[in-house]
Amino acid sequence: MTRETTAKAKMPLDGWVIAAALVIGTFYATLTAARTEDPVMSVHAYVFAGAFLLGIFGIIKAYFDTSESLATQSADAPIEYDLKVVKAGVIASVFWGIAGFIAGDTIAFQLAYPDLNFDTSFINFGRLRPLHTSAVIFAFGGNVLLATSFYVVQRTCKARLPGVFSSWFVFWGYQLFIVVAATGYLMGATQGKEYAEPEWYTDIWLTIVWVVYLLVFLGTLWKRREPHIYVANWFYLAFIVTVAMLHIVNNLTVPVSWTSSKSYILFAGVQDALTQWWYGHNAVGFFLTAGFLAIMYYFVPKRANRPVYSYRLSIVHFWSLIFMYIWAGPHHLHYTALPDWAQTLGMTFSIMLWMPSWGGMINGLMTLSGAWDKLRTDPVLRMLVVSIAFYGMSTFEGPVMSIKAVNSLSHYTDWTVGHVHSGALGWVAYVSFGALYCLVPWLWNRTQLYSLKLVSYHFWISTFGILLYITSMWVSGILQGLMWRAYDDLGFLEYSFVETVEAMNPFYWIRAIGGAFFVIGSLIMAYNLWRTARGDVRTESRSLAPEAVPSPVAAE
Amino acid sequence: MEYNDVSTFSQTWGLVYLVVMFLGGVIYALWPKNKSKFDHAAQIPLEDD
Amino acid sequence: MIKHDVFEKNSIVLLIGILIVVSIGGLIEIAPLFFLESTIEKVKGMRPYSPLELAGRNIYIREGCYNCHSQMIRSLRDEVERYGPYSLAAESMYDHPFQWGSKRTGPDLARVGGKYSDEWHKEHMVNPRGIVPESVMPGYPFLLDAPLRFNDIKEHLEANRMVGVPYTDEMIELAEEDLRAQVDPDGDTDGLLARYPKAQVRNFDDNAKVITEMDALIAYLQMLGTLVDFSAYKAEGPELR
Repeated sequence: MTRETTAKAKMPLDGWVIAAALVIGTFYATLTAARTEDPVMSVHAYVFAGAFLLGIFGIIKAYFDTSESLATQSADAPIEYDLKVVKAGVIASVFWGIAGFIAGDTIAFQLAYPDLNFDTSFINFGRLRPLHTSAVIFAFGGNVLLATSFYVVQRTCKARLPGVFSSWFVFWGYQLFIVVAATGYLMGATQGKEYAEPEWYTDIWLTIVWVVYLLVFLGTLWKRREPHIYVANWFYLAFIVTVAMLHIVNNLTVPVSWTSSKSYILFAGVQDALTQWWYGHNAVGFFLTAGFLAIMYYFVPKRANRPVYSYRLSIVHFWSLIFMYIWAGPHHLHYTALPDWAQTLGMTFSIMLWMPSWGGMINGLMTLSGAWDKLRTDPVLRMLVVSIAFYGMSTFEGPVMSIKAVNSLSHYTDWTVGHVHSGALGWVAYVSFGALYCLVPWLWNRTQLYSLKLVSYHFWISTFGILLYITSMWVSGILQGLMWRAYDDLGFLEYSFVETVEAMNPFYWIRAIGGAFFVIGSLIMAYNLWRTARGDVRTESRSLAPEAVPSPVAAE
Repeated sequence: MEYNDVSTFSQTWGLVYLVVMFLGGVIYALWPKNKSKFDHAAQIPLEDD
Repeated sequence: MIKHDVFEKNSIVLLIGILIVVSIGGLIEIAPLFFLESTIEKVKGMRPYSPLELAGRNIYIREGCYNCHSQMIRSLRDEVERYGPYSLAAESMYDHPFQWGSKRTGPDLARVGGKYSDEWHKEHMVNPRGIVPESVMPGYPFLLDAPLRFNDIKEHLEANRMVGVPYTDEMIELAEEDLRAQVDPDGDTDGLLARYPKAQVRNFDDNAKVITEMDALIAYLQMLGTLVDFSAYKAEGPELR
């Protein structure tokens, strides 16, 4: 060992700070639990108190168990990356991913067969739908971003994450946020703003965790031994900073009292609508796009073993993307009471956004130029490349749908739902799956995945599911939009609303079945990754592409 | 300050801001001196350590 | 002269650059809207929610109704014919949060008030497919048995006043009485109606023993879109498409 070892290592500074904060937090949560008359707040106060106690216990245990590992590295020692927290992030990603996909497919079946709501409060569609969106966006997507950003920033900066407990605070703090948000939805605690449903205290907790996340990320950049900041880190940084800004502004609420789970948002009506969709669309732009583009810019070159097609293009891509996205929100509010100029502005920027998006897509795809044959042999690379293709498809569809005339038909229908899922399943989930398939062998020091054939199965089953999903939603969305505006010969509306609901039923079944294929694919992935982590290798007839492994030992 | 003044200001200066930002980004990316740096940076993920 | 490696070499400069780019865009676009209030047409009839309506609105939000129902009639011909006059900005001026929605799995509710009877709403909430066989709405029979929790209704009005809803001291002081008065058709409702004109006073769920969550939710649904008198209001709006 090249580490500095002292007889008894001192408790690192961040351990003291976090432990002190947790003690205060436990005290406050217990006090709230004792004082509140609100049943939701009562449950959540106990959850917070329990989690904080576990955190204190964890810090003390780590201190006594492994005094050595708490020692900080000396400057000239080879870098020992902090990979345990990345491993935890990978496991959490797979877990929450499956949970979120199952929740989504459950509500899909509820729409096809409404008796599945079972007349209860806890699992009716209205409460499960926010659970699904938060689980897939924040729990699955968020953990993928946490894990990959901690991995990529260390590797490309050649520096370890700062502190000892800080990154773990971010990880566990984020899981606590997920648990509190999700249980809150089931108990009916919601702000009633899409993708920003968690109530005020959950929002405050996330803000604290997020600030520490930013500091850990920045701290790694400050410690770096590489003069340049690789472009993937630009995207991660934009994601972290902008999401912080969006989250804080869109959640400025006044709680009914300190012991009530209910709050009222600062903005009203039209102002609230624009703030919400400024937030909502940039959650797509900075959480689901910028963050995952960072994954593309690291994992695609790494897996294909060649540098990104054009680094210059990546810089133009970065600045134009973050600049244009921020304006696009009003396209969610066409023909509403929002002033016309704001609608037009939103539409204009949404259409312009097509260009940087496709610039990024071309950059990602062309990285493979000269290595296209790898697509035949490496199903992981195939997954990554198809994710970029879906990115291109949904970033073309998006601008089209932001055109007011198109939007008047598509808005409020399933077309929007289909569009979101071509981005979410095809782009976000696939690029995440690709990254997870890369990360597990790297992190657990395996020379290859358990089975490339299972990756292939996952790919084809999921792709089939996505196609069922998107095509059924196209048909149902356009059909319903046309039915709503259909007139009969006498100039009356031809269909009552419920007739258009009835017409949706076959498509809801197809969508739900497509979703089930996607769930099955993710279960196959979980099995494959678990066997890989255990070190198993399945004997397969055809020898497939070797894994791209970063450690020199395993390199070809 | 009236609503109309603010929105007119936004709609005119917003355009200027857009053009300046875009040109800034493109010039920065295409500046010849930056090329070697970018070429180096592109290799960062492929370096084994 | 621009120092050209500042972004790749200096994380703080990069951070500030990102912040400038993303915040100025948002500011330019959103800030003007906050000046709307001074010029927004004062539409006759708008008033803050009565305590019972507010409690009902909170149940609407709690059950996630906005996931499937919009409250925003767009200025399109078919929507105006199907749902009524297109929604005005002023109609949601006291909505914290707004509930315009983004998906119509069910119909728009911006003007649902008065279109169906209380009895219809009650039966429909308890068993949607008993009334509309093709409906995909979940059933909410539990609302009928759940007593409305309103011991902190005063604090709810106070919180609303803090974010700009013009509740008077009197309204806040009498919040609990007003809530009870709105479900008691035999009681004295003069004060309530003076404070909240057009408030509908009924026993909404036909159960006089307890004030239930169903009472509050139906009271809210029945007032949606009823405050502005559109026979008197001339909308100088966009051409319908």
